Amino acid sequence: MNFTEDQVNRYSRHILLQDVGVEGQERISSGKVLVVGAGGLGSPVAFYLAAAGVGTIGLIDGDVVDLSNLQRQIIHFTADVGKPKVISAKEKINQLNPDVEVVTYQALLTAENAQEVIKDYDFVVDGTDNFPVKFLINDACVITGKPFSHGGILRFEGQTLTYLPGAPCYRCLFHAPPPPNAVPTCSQAGVLGAIAGMLGTIQAAEALKYLTGVGELLTGKLLSFNAKTMTFRAINTKRSEHCPVCGKNPTVTKLIDYEQAVCDISDRRKT
Amino acid sequence: MATYNLDVTKEHCPMTFVKTKIELNKLQKGDVLNVRVTEGEPLENIPKSAVEQGFTVLSVEPTEVQGIYSIRIEK
Repeated sequence: MNFTEDQVNRYSRHILLQDVGVEGQERISSGKVLVVGAGGLGSPVAFYLAAAGVGTIGLIDGDVVDLSNLQRQIIHFTADVGKPKVISAKEKINQLNPDVEVVTYQALLTAENAQEVIKDYDFVVDGTDNFPVKFLINDACVITGKPFSHGGILRFEGQTLTYLPGAPCYRCLFHAPPPPNAVPTCSQAGVLGAIAGMLGTIQAAEALKYLTGVGELLTGKLLSFNAKTMTFRAINTKRSEHCPVCGKNPTVTKLIDYEQAVCDISDRRKT
Repeated sequence: MATYNLDVTKEHCPMTFVKTKIELNKLQKGDVLNVRVTEGEPLENIPKSAVEQGFTVLSVEPTEVQGIYSIRIEK
């Protein structure tokens, strides 16, 4: 890959990094990352991956932009209210960096389409707002051997881990989605907008580290933070032999669409 | 063992070293890159950065032009 004068200029701060350099930037520029959800987490993830020049960014989200999203979903602007999120996000990415090819899927990720959608990508980022799809992403990635970054935020807290084939997966830690009635309802579950940026940028950094091979990923670890006290904690994780998807006797051998909390279904746009 | 030339006298920090680094990365062991730089920041920093990244600075010499120097860097 031969970078143009403009590209050398655009990516100069990556090229200067000893661990990245021209070769690392080439790997970023030929990398393909799927971002599931173009919302609170997906916004900073997609923005930073676009700025970094990731060759192909896939965006999957079935929602349209709502006014209540703008407090944290920074890739969408006031004028985008009512527009499909994947279109709104693609427009910003194109403006930020025309080098990036954006593939949009205006749909929900489901047990039916998950494997087909993720198969063309090097790395998947979970930027979803609900447990059923988080488990679906985990299972699809474990079953097909695809690296991914899990991320979740609620109120003032966030957590993330990075999965590589053979490493502990999300289900090793959390066996199954909580029952729908145990998940906070929309009226209980606010979120401080800025923590979407805190967690999403960690996920973007993990994707770029994966593409370039730099450093150590959050693999075999669960990183969590609480923005009220601004404390971060990383705990080591282990594979569970009883894991329903990657354990000795897996019970999850095909993908499952779990039931969503009623509030999630009736009020998807507000989440 | 080849010798290559690069002129970064029209660049500013940090592009002076970005351009140098890109050319350095193309060298084979024993090859030499001659970098023309202006005095001041690039003259001070390019030799340092080249050494940090594992190259050898053979010489830093003034050129026939006032205020322009030539840095010879070997892989």
